[in-house]
Parts: sequence; C-alpha cells; structure tokens
Amino acid sequence: MLSTLYAVLFYVATILLVVGVTRKVIIYARTPAPLKIPVSPAPRTRAGVVMRMLREVLLFQSLFRSNKWIWAFGFLFHWSMLLVLLRHLRYFTEPVWWWVSLIQPFGIYAGFTMLAGLLGLLARRIVQERIRYISGPSDYLMLALLILIVLSGLAMRFVAPTDIVAVKAYMLGLLRFRILELPAAAPLLVHLASVAVLMIVFPISKLMHAPGLFFAPSRTQVDNAREFRHKTAWADQLPPLPDDIPARGES
Amino acid sequence: MAPLDKNDASGSSADKGAADASSPDPLEIPRLSCGAMADLHSFEAAPEHNELLGFPGELLPNWKEVAIAKMGELAEKNRAFRVYLDTCVKCGACTDKCHYFLGTGDPKNMPVARQDLLRSVYRRYFTFAGKYFPKLVGARDLTREVLDEWYTYYHQCSQCRRCAVSCPYGIDTAEISMAAREILDSVGVGQKYCNEIIGKVKKTGNNLGLNPKALRATLDDLEEDLLDDTGVEVKIPLDQKGAEILLITPSADFFAEPHIDGLLGYAKVFHSAGVSWTLSSYASEAANFGMFIGSYENMREVAWRIRQAAKDLGVRRIIFGECGHAWRVAYSFLNTLAGPFDFLDQNYPIPQHILEFTLDEIESGRLKIDKSKNDDYVMTFHDSCNVARGAAMGREEGGQFEVPRKVLRAVCNHYHDMDPDTIRENTFCCGGGGGLLTDDLMDLRIKGAKPRMNALRKATEEHGVTHMAAICAICKTQFSKVMPKYGYGMDRIMSVHQLVANAVILEKRETDAAEKPVAEEST
Ligand code: SF4
Ligand code: SF4
Repeated sequence: MLSTLYAVLFYVATILLVVGVTRKVIIYARTPAPLKIPVSPAPRTRAGVVMRMLREVLLFQSLFRSNKWIWAFGFLFHWSMLLVLLRHLRYFTEPVWWWVSLIQPFGIYAGFTMLAGLLGLLARRIVQERIRYISGPSDYLMLALLILIVLSGLAMRFVAPTDIVAVKAYMLGLLRFRILELPAAAPLLVHLASVAVLMIVFPISKLMHAPGLFFAPSRTQVDNAREFRHKTAWADQLPPLPDDIPARGES
Repeated sequence: MAPLDKNDASGSSADKGAADASSPDPLEIPRLSCGAMADLHSFEAAPEHNELLGFPGELLPNWKEVAIAKMGELAEKNRAFRVYLDTCVKCGACTDKCHYFLGTGDPKNMPVARQDLLRSVYRRYFTFAGKYFPKLVGARDLTREVLDEWYTYYHQCSQCRRCAVSCPYGIDTAEISMAAREILDSVGVGQKYCNEIIGKVKKTGNNLGLNPKALRATLDDLEEDLLDDTGVEVKIPLDQKGAEILLITPSADFFAEPHIDGLLGYAKVFHSAGVSWTLSSYASEAANFGMFIGSYENMREVAWRIRQAAKDLGVRRIIFGECGHAWRVAYSFLNTLAGPFDFLDQNYPIPQHILEFTLDEIESGRLKIDKSKNDDYVMTFHDSCNVARGAAMGREEGGQFEVPRKVLRAVCNHYHDMDPDTIRENTFCCGGGGGLLTDDLMDLRIKGAKPRMNALRKATEEHGVTHMAAICAICKTQFSKVMPKYGYGMDRIMSVHQLVANAVILEKRETDAAEKPVAEEST
C-alpha cells in the first residue's frame, strides 16, 4: 500500500517536473527579445558570452560582487547540493559508477554544509531588515522544505539508520516499472515525500531560476548591436515608416 | 563582519562611521522608512499628449481588462519581461543597489520590491501559484490603488540598471519599469514630462519644440561666440546636404549650460579634423524618450527621423553627441529600429560616438592639445548609467569607460577617479534619468543624487577634485540643479567636450576647411 502510494507519487512528480520545466523552457525560448539589452560591459563574441555564463553558473560572479554574505551561503548551499545529488546516483545505478563511489564520502558531509548554507540563507532572511521586507510565505516555505529534505536525509544516516539496500532495490524497481517493498521508516518517508513536493512545485515556483538564468537577455546576449542588425518577427511586421522626409509646414 | 559585508548597515556602519567620520560614505544604507516617498506622484499627462502618442487620453472605463491584456501581450513579446518575472528568488542582493533607495530609505525603491509591485499582479493573473494560492506567493488583484502605486514607484526608477549588474540572474528592473509605464500608457495614464516631450519631437524634431529658424539663429550666435573667442571661423552647419557627417546631439546642447560648451567642443574638433559635418533640423534631437516609456513604436518613430535625415542629407556617417540614454538607443537599438544602414560608409561604426571620433583624432596626433588650459580644474568623471551599462564604445569590452577617460587624461593634467564602487559598471545614476528630470520630482532627484554627491565629496577630500565631467545631457542638467544642494556650485559639472574645447589649439586656415577630406589633414 505505502509502496504503491510512493510509487505513484514519484511517477506523478517526475512527469510534472519534466513536462512543467520543458514547457516553461520552450516558452522562454520562443518568446522573442525585441532589442539588444545585454548589461554592459558585455562580451563582444558568442564565446565571450559562454565564458560569462560559465562564471555566473559556476562561481556566481555577479552575486559575489554584489553581496558576499549571500554569495557565501548560496555558494555553499548550491555546490553542496550538487555533491549530494551526484552522490544519490548510487541509488539509481547498478553497478555504481566509479566516480559516484569516489565522491560518496564527501557527499555525505556535503549534507551538513548544505544545511549550513540553508540556515545561513534563512537567518539572513529573518535578521536582515531589507530581505525580511521582500520575503513572502513561499520564500520561507521553500527554505523550510529544503531544510526538511536535508534533515530527514541526515536522520536516515545518523539518527535512525534506514535499510538502504531495500531503498535502492525499490528505486531500481521504479526505474523498471516494478513496485517492490519500501521500508516503512519515518525519516525515509518524510525525505521522499518532501523531495516529491519539491519536484512538483519546481516548475511553478521561483526554482525556475535555474533554467531561467540561461534565458536572461541581459546576460546571454552578445554586445554586437552595431555590427549585426538584431531583428524580431513581430517588430518586422510593424507598418513601414517613410524613408524620405515628408514636406514640412514651416521653413 | 565588516570586511565580508561592508555594505551592510545592520552591524558594520557604526565602526565604519567612526573610522572616517569626515568623509561621507556613498554606499551608506539607510534604515527602511516605509511610505517615505509614497506621496511623490509626478504629474500625469493631459489627454491630448497621450493621444498624440497613440494612447488613450484618459483612464479607460475597462482599464483593468486592458491592463491585464497588455501584461499578457508583453509576456508574449518580450522575453526579458517574462523571464525576469519568473526567476527572482528574493535573495536580496539588489536591495541596497538603487540610488533612490539609498537616498530615500523607502523600501519600495529597493529594486526587487519595485519589481514586486508588478510581479504580484502578474502572478495573480498569469501563474498557477498566483491563481490558486495568492497569499502564499504574494499575488494580488489589480486595483486602482495598485495602479496608482505603479505610477508612483515606476516613476521613481531611472532605469539605470545598477540593480541588474548585482542580480545573480541578470534581472533588470529597468525592463520591468519600462513595461509598467507601457501598461500605464495603454490604459490612459501617461506621465506629463515624458509624453509631452515625445509629442514635441514628433512635431518639431526636438524635445524643446525649437523650429529650424530659431535653431539656425541660435547656431549663428554660437558661431559668433566661437569667432570672438578663437579668432577662427568655426562653423556649425545645419541641414547642409552632402556633408560627410550627420551629428545627432541632444537639443539641450543648443541652449543649456554646460551642454553648449560641449557642442562648441564638437565643432572645434570637427573643424580641426577638417571633415564636413552638419546638424539636421528634422532630427535635431538625440534623446529618445520612447525608451523611457517602454514604447517600442514611439521609440522607433523617434529613431526613424535620424534615418530619414541621414538619407535626405546624403551623409556618409552618423555621429552622436554627449547624451546617455540617447547613446544607449543609438548604440544598442538604432540598427534594429531604423536599420539597415547600408547607405552609410561601412568603414566607420554606425553610429559612432563623438568621443570615439575625438579619441581617434587625439591618438593620431591630428588634434593639437594644450593641456595646461585646463590646469584650473581637478577633474573626475561621472559614468552615465546608460552609457556604462546599456551601451559601449570602441572595440574592446569596457570601452565606454576607457574612451572618455583617455580623452579626459589627454586634455587635462589633473584627473582622479571617484570611489571604485561608484564608477564604471557600478556607477550611480545622476538621479534625474529615465524621464524623471522634471521639477515635480525634485525631492526625489535631490535624494537620488546623494550617493554620487557623497562619492564626489570623498574625491574632493581625498584628491582635491574640483569639477566633474559628464557625457549626458540629463546628467548635466540634473547636476547643475542639485549640486548646489550638496555644497558645489552649479558650474562644477562640465561637458567632456568642454574640456576638449578649452585645450584644442585651432589653426587658422586659408582654404575652406569644411571641404577638405580628413587624410590631407594629418601632419
Ligand atoms: S534600474 Fe536603477 S533606478 Fe531602477 S530600480 Fe534599478 S537601480 Fe533603481
Ligand atoms: S538580486 Fe535578483 S534574484 Fe535577488 S532579489 Fe534582486 S532581483 Fe531578485
């Protein structure tokens, strides 16, 4: 019963996540940017833009320059999360890829640094007057959800060890559309349910910042407006204006 | 804490203040002061001014439906609008970057809060979360109060993009503010200052409503001044067919101080370069307020006049005078709005900035300079926001910072930059950009100039800086108005080409200089 419930939850969450994000990304990609609006100084070539985006995605360059605290917590959180996510690949692969085994020990402790990053971000949201002003319920809930995911995950390992072999068998089963027995351990159930919630809200929440980043004209456009004429379909269809100067009333 | 987060008021300002009590901190962050600027509502446009721009004259009876439909249309037509409304994570990195927030403490002048005024409504009508869980995601219905709030706070944004630089996702509040103004216009609530000015350009070709006769008379006076001053016949041609270069300059250059001195500088540079050039009475305006109101159509119409003038006069090059947002429209948009410019000489940038031209003349040695003529001044340079973050110059990334500084250093002996956090891509808006250069917003303009004025004060104390140069008509007007409030004379703001004009050594010529090609001028 529980196993089936979670199986359905995960299938639904995966479908919503994939379809939702894909749909949004297609919409972003199809929406035209009528003007050249890179925030300058901006690279003059495509390759330069790729470098700019790499620095943004990997190092959070702009955030680093604008606020060291937020950068520090955000950087810690995101990179720890990446390690943790990669570590989790071991539950979906058999045999486990060698490099996943390699990062396993780091991945475990990344759970703690991820938590530290999240708590730091939460603290700033509460303590810093300006950020408190702009924070809404969903902003706190999102942090709470992530913290719940981390805490339940850590609990599975350090508080009430879960039968991880059975969990892995269950996950491998799901990948082959077979529903095996899921251990009925509280931390595990909380962990999986909160992850499923996160997957479901991803496409309809600010988590879209991850794909959205790649569609911000201010960062992704090349600064070459003088060399190449930037055109947009809808703007091309505007009624033409006269090329010569119409006769003037006054001299 | 201080070294890690030096911009943070909540903790470090006390010890900072003690360290250098005399020098004001340009980045000082105020405490939140809710509603501080809520009553500053710039004048709304009269019906005829809205209609001239193709907008309804007065608030439509069905304004709400129209506004929401317009919002949907913008999401379809403008990727920036859609993506920026979706991707903000409320990290807060932008909250202390806006000069209007730093100057007023009003939290709705924090960039993300400014975006949220519109984002909250967008969410309500266009997103799943906002439709079904409005409270959770801060979504709200569009009401008359919301519309008024938009008007108030989207006319307290100068679209300077300082916030966009700081945002990890490149969210540009300027785009949101342009969109908001477009929505307001589309329901019949336009701003007087912007809409009247666009109307004047459409009727007369410039923001002032100056007709060709009056313009020629003004230029004649200036030519006389130049002759008296230099003993050389420096011309300022108007509507001269067949000239090589069409100069498009802000109309403030024809009558305001220190703008005029900049215009005289361009004339001297052209004269000394020996190129033929002309102004156009049909396109006697570089400014394009169509950008400020976010109206692609109006911006295109204003920009198109430049194409028409260039074709009509048969020029081969277009050069722009000193103006910030005009240079953004010129550099980044003109090719799109009024191109292709296949009828111009492709060997030169289209369009070119007067500073690019002048720097070429200086570096090639063609322009003779006597730097000591500017020895009375200890200069600094105010990077205009639209040039710094919305355009570029030269061939290298960041040329918009180097080209003006190279020119200044070439014509002045004493030059110092201001605090690095307040120049180049981190520059502060003068406080009067984006269609806010109107007396009814004077309170905001004075407060918004505070970060720049504090940075200047610091430079004065540290390096003895006496004067600040700018390359934007709005900056120049704004500073000459607000500098006295900060203890500087109104003449402390100068045009870059004013300094060029001071230092240029003009040679008397026997032949008609205007007809000689450039190459023969090199020595
Ligand atoms: S664009 Fe400039 S004026 Fe507008 S919110 Fe951003 S920093 Fe402030
Ligand atoms: S910096 Fe960007 S993501 Fe962060 S609050 Fe401001 S607009 Fe939102």
